[in-house]
Amino acid sequence: MKTKAYTATRNACKMCTPLGAALVFHGIEGTIPLLHGSQGCSTYMRRYMISHFKEPVDIASSNFSEETAIFGGGANLKQAIENVSRQYAPEMIGIATTCLSETIGDDVPMILEKMGNQINQTALVHVSTPSFSGTHVDGFHGAVRAVVGQCNPLSNRTKYTPKTKKRINLFPGMLSNEDLRHLKEIFTDLNIDLILLPDYSERLEGPSWVEYQAIQKGGTPIRDIRKMNASTGSMEFGTILARFAGKGEKSAAALLKKRFDVPWESLGIPIGVKATDIFFSVMERLTLKSMPEKYKKQRGRLIDAYVDGNKYVSKKRAIVYGEEDFVAAMAGFLAEIGIIPVLCASGGNSGLLKQALSELIPQNIFKQVEVHNGMDFTRMEQQARELSPDFVIGNSKGYTMARHLNIPLVRVGFPIHDRLGGSRILHIGYQGTQHLFDTIVNTLLQTRQDTSKIGYAYM
Amino acid sequence: MKTISVLEDRKKQIYQKGQDGFDISCEQKSLAGSVSQRACVFCGSRVVLYPIADALHLIHGPIGCASYTWDIRGALSSGPELHRMSFSTDLSETDIIFGGEKKLEQALFELIDAYEPRAAFVYCTCIVGIIGDDVDAVCRKVAARVGIPVLPVHSEGFKGTKKDSYKAACDALFTLIDQSKEPPKKIPLGINILGEFNIGGETWIIKDYYRRMGIETVAVMTGDGRVKDIQSAQRACLNVVQCSGSLTHLAKEMEEVYGIPYIRVSYFGIEDTASALYDVASFFAGSPAIMEKTTRLVQEEVCAIIPDLEEIKQDLAGKRAAIYVGGAFKAFSLIKALKYLGMEVVLVGSQTGNKEDYALLKKMCRPGTIILDDANPLELAKYIMEKDAHLFIGGVKEKPIAYKLGIGFCDHNHERKIPLAGFAGMRNFAREIHETITSPIWELVPGKGQKNIPESLNKG
Repeated sequence: MKTKAYTATRNACKMCTPLGAALVFHGIEGTIPLLHGSQGCSTYMRRYMISHFKEPVDIASSNFSEETAIFGGGANLKQAIENVSRQYAPEMIGIATTCLSETIGDDVPMILEKMGNQINQTALVHVSTPSFSGTHVDGFHGAVRAVVGQCNPLSNRTKYTPKTKKRINLFPGMLSNEDLRHLKEIFTDLNIDLILLPDYSERLEGPSWVEYQAIQKGGTPIRDIRKMNASTGSMEFGTILARFAGKGEKSAAALLKKRFDVPWESLGIPIGVKATDIFFSVMERLTLKSMPEKYKKQRGRLIDAYVDGNKYVSKKRAIVYGEEDFVAAMAGFLAEIGIIPVLCASGGNSGLLKQALSELIPQNIFKQVEVHNGMDFTRMEQQARELSPDFVIGNSKGYTMARHLNIPLVRVGFPIHDRLGGSRILHIGYQGTQHLFDTIVNTLLQTRQDTSKIGYAYM
Repeated sequence: MKTISVLEDRKKQIYQKGQDGFDISCEQKSLAGSVSQRACVFCGSRVVLYPIADALHLIHGPIGCASYTWDIRGALSSGPELHRMSFSTDLSETDIIFGGEKKLEQALFELIDAYEPRAAFVYCTCIVGIIGDDVDAVCRKVAARVGIPVLPVHSEGFKGTKKDSYKAACDALFTLIDQSKEPPKKIPLGINILGEFNIGGETWIIKDYYRRMGIETVAVMTGDGRVKDIQSAQRACLNVVQCSGSLTHLAKEMEEVYGIPYIRVSYFGIEDTASALYDVASFFAGSPAIMEKTTRLVQEEVCAIIPDLEEIKQDLAGKRAAIYVGGAFKAFSLIKALKYLGMEVVLVGSQTGNKEDYALLKKMCRPGTIILDDANPLELAKYIMEKDAHLFIGGVKEKPIAYKLGIGFCDHNHERKIPLAGFAGMRNFAREIHETITSPIWELVPGKGQKNIPESLNKG
């Protein structure tokens, strides 16, 4: 199957690097992101995130002008830090660079160092996010690693007595608010201390305000991040991330292992029965606690539902796209229920997706799967025309393609900007899988119903 | 309630009517770290040129600028929809090091071959300005080979404010018109509509009014835009500029070079829409039938919406509104429209107003009204709370501020899908405001409806 290779990207299946970093900073208590570059970057990313979360998303900018671009952005950065500190009184300012400041070569770490890496008790954290390198996912992991690294210097080993209670660091990657809440619920049920980073589930989905909040409540407390070096162990979601982590790159968990010898388990995002089973078995290994009855019941009901719905999904063909780790997890789940993910595509360009999928998906199904890194929606649509899929599953950006193909779109992931409640979609665990399974089956049933001449009232 | 402080450097950009010494500071670059609601130069150019539906819009730079602007606007096309695609050279690290010219050239050839556009716009983003790609040369080379206009839009994000971005877009439009091989034979009752972007089909409403008045629309810049129409724009006798912030520069240039005069109008609200049509009719005073038709049209249209508006006004009387929009001209219209509905404006601000704009706003507003230039979320929230507004009119970035504070919101920006221009648009506007303000949900939100919630739930 061949489509012409294009030099230009046409309807990208990715966002740029600083967006991921900005999202992470919104998942840390009292933290404001500051993008070092032109005003547009911060405004665009704000509006992009607002359209998904439907919450205020403040992102400051150092507002480059022409002179700044020529003479360097140091003065602007300092002024921006001072003004953000004055207006928001944050605990931390998360500074991410844009393509502009990266290209002119501003030495942000040096500028911050000169300021003592803080201003009026506000910590200044920096992550390098050149937008010409990688995608929003790289910015996301980069920011997590930068924060963990800066909050856990080798000299600052904290004490924790795990005899009384186990404590786990969990780096979930880019999940929905509901996913993050579900993870917290599982740890509460297991009575294990959890440090979840990032955790934007409260801040980017809070109640209406009684009192004005310059920075919304919620997020991982910075004092907790400082204690990560003494936790029982770290868990990190993402099969692609794990492959980088093996080389010591991108991974916060790998950093804690290297600096403080915190045991570290890397696993896929727990979507589907098998992946969630692995999640609970890793939990058991790290914490010596087994799956609570509640989750056994959820698992039981889910498999029972699989049986009820097996006919409607078996041998159906799906296109799945989005962030690479998300695609890998979703494709694993689809394969588990007998759906063939005929095309697995991502705008991400690690080159590792195919290998990851081949290990996740049974060979008889994997033979029928096309995998594409660095793909855009125009090429995806062309490919799709030859693959006759039954539905597509991914974020709102696939809507145009689905409409052209006249097949349904099951909305998952980020961004969901054409529906309400994108941040409330539960993808993970048995419960999230249950939700996904029901949604997929019902979407297929509705298509059957809508396209039937008779209009069956009883399926 | 915690008070929100205003940055010292921003105090001159805020004015409360009734204070002495009105000397608002404006037209400056945004203060670093102030979380301005503004975007960048690229944004303004993209907004203006976006609705040209049969042109290729290629964004030269790393992926973000293209990703975040992919089909987010409500500008409709009656035919081709090439404008809804998001094309980018998606520059990577090696391109930054070795330059992006080759990639740009290759991308242009491929895309023009595949999509057969009537013209191509190449948007230069921040990075292109820094690495110094000779985009003009690439455009010239490609244009010579493919035989369509290929126009650079110098919209590097850091090169100024939104005003500069509009100028970049106007320059590209002017070049497009100027490159036309069309003989400049005048159309006697022909006008160009400038600064109208066909959000939710507004261009169609406006064009229909002019058709009924006996006036021919030669080109719209840029709503439901076609390259060929724009290239004929020299043939019009008058340029009617709506979004004056963005397209006045082009109108002035066309006046200078082609001798086409221009007038500024607005199509928002009954008063301004009627004035716009009458002003155009007056320009063609030599054809008295036009004024007759215009008078009839205005009467018919106003009569058609009055019953609805009268009913709505009863519920809106005395409600307080806050306005924060891009251009000050829209704010003028909104103040009038809200006044007509019996509402009171307590805050009004814009991203790009100048001294005269703010002076006029001051004149139009009641004492106590806050006037803001280049505001940010904290300031907007502060004054909305202090003034106890019931409604906020703005764009997508302002919406969550309103909603978090538990007040209604009306999107009056490019992302909306409902036409708010013309007489029918005024009815849509009033209905939308009415639907949101009279929604029973406000009785449940913590800020406003506390008295309706059990005491035990009302803490924290």
